[in-house]
Amino acid sequence: MSDSATEAGSLPRTGLTPRQRRNFGVGVQYAILVLIVVVAAVALDWQRFQEVFFNPSTFKFLFPDLITIGLVNTMIYTCSGYVIGFFLGLLIAVMRLSAVRLNRWFAHGYIELFRGLPALLVFMLLGYGLPVVLGPDRQLPFPPYGTVAIALGLVSAAYMAETFRAGIQAVPKGQVEAARSLGMSATRAMVTVVLPQAIRIVIPPLTNELIMLFKDSSLVFAVGLTAGTAELAKIGNDLATEHANSTPIVLAGLSYLVITLPLGFLVRRLEARQAKAR
Amino acid sequence: MTEPVEEAEAAVLLDRPMVSIKGLHKSFGDLEVLRGIDVDVRPGEVVCVIGPSGSGKSTLLRCVNLLEQPTAGEIRVAGDLLTHRDADLDRARRHIGMVFQQFNLFPHLSVLDNVTIAQRRVLKLGRAEAEETARGLLASVGVGDKAGEYPARLSGGQQQRVAIARALAMKPKLMLFDEPTSALDPELVGDVLNVMRDLARTGMTMMVVTHEMAFAREVADRVIFMDGGVIVEEGTPGQVIGDPRHERTRAFLRRVLHPIED
Repeated sequence: MSDSATEAGSLPRTGLTPRQRRNFGVGVQYAILVLIVVVAAVALDWQRFQEVFFNPSTFKFLFPDLITIGLVNTMIYTCSGYVIGFFLGLLIAVMRLSAVRLNRWFAHGYIELFRGLPALLVFMLLGYGLPVVLGPDRQLPFPPYGTVAIALGLVSAAYMAETFRAGIQAVPKGQVEAARSLGMSATRAMVTVVLPQAIRIVIPPLTNELIMLFKDSSLVFAVGLTAGTAELAKIGNDLATEHANSTPIVLAGLSYLVITLPLGFLVRRLEARQAKAR
Repeated sequence: MTEPVEEAEAAVLLDRPMVSIKGLHKSFGDLEVLRGIDVDVRPGEVVCVIGPSGSGKSTLLRCVNLLEQPTAGEIRVAGDLLTHRDADLDRARRHIGMVFQQFNLFPHLSVLDNVTIAQRRVLKLGRAEAEETARGLLASVGVGDKAGEYPARLSGGQQQRVAIARALAMKPKLMLFDEPTSALDPELVGDVLNVMRDLARTGMTMMVVTHEMAFAREVADRVIFMDGGVIVEEGTPGQVIGDPRHERTRAFLRRVLHPIED
């Protein structure tokens, strides 16, 4: 063996061949992982671990509220915020590429502001600020759903605007030229020819944005939610505090995964399909 | 669009040209691509523009419908001064069909919708009327059976013929062809050129940028040879291709017609 390695001319007799070195490296990594698992299994108090993080006795006060109130509200918040974010983001993306400088400036400012601020801060400002701005006699429809939809919409619009912009710019220039040479105005070409193609291109990243928004919806407690309008994270947190047990948070987390994992799978499928179509 | 002054002008010029280009200059930054072009195209005339790559022939064509904004000079199509700053270009372009080297079909629309979309959205025609026109045109360019397909499922030659049908659906007075066969596999070129020859025989006014010398010889009424942003030579195909006077024209034709000699 070592003879042939020397014959290959690359190594002295005492050294390992590249293949042996690679195998050795992989072996070391497995050994480390096994060691960690063994130490965890021995050192941790599994009985206690289960009591705190997965305690079946908490299920009776967790269900059905966690699903019928928490998951339902999370989905309402996310979807309403997404719809607002989608159309606002599309508008801002088009403004970002507008021939009118003021439109570009506004869109640029909007994107930088809402991407730069922590979402939690935006929600707080809306929660405390909006009632003051609107005055005591007026409020957004379906409180707090209207406020939450706008809060999530405002934040996600900034990210979606950048995604849409990338999609619009990915549509070949010849498409606009063909549309314009048929007598379409710039606006008509955008609506009829460019946007339908741009949106198709950005469906995978837009789905990713939906996943992000699902998770960001856990921050809307900052707007001020009552028991009936609480979403997954707030219900989980409230019940965990109430019963001094972390199981509600674990189950709230699992509820998010029920939504986000299939969506993530969908994104990979869509991306694979686009890669194949190219 | 037609201002009173232009009406008066039109009345004076009985045989007014379909296209009139005067003193056309076009620069991209420091690069001057067109350096003073004067061309008139009569109604029904077929003009082929030939020349080496970078000679400005595609830019010339793209200036005619103002896809490129000229740096200086005048462009008139059907009497309308398109280079006027108040010209309604969207309206003017309805009647100037353009066919691109890369076809530029709309990939998200079926073949039928590609041909109806501008009729419906620009001319505001009803679906039934637009589809009737579209089906007739698709049949006439030999892709009548592809109406329901999407462009990606068609060969390049079929796509380019759909693109021609799409342009014709607007009932143009003038058709511009920008190297319509340059992106095609050699065996698909003939189908497209046949469609163009048939179109020329219907009396369509056409400006064609092409490297197909056989097509230019057979179909063109006039051939323009461009090099370095100017028109070097123009005349009948027999004169320009058959018996060129300028050395630059002769050198170009030698390279095109006999690419692997010397």
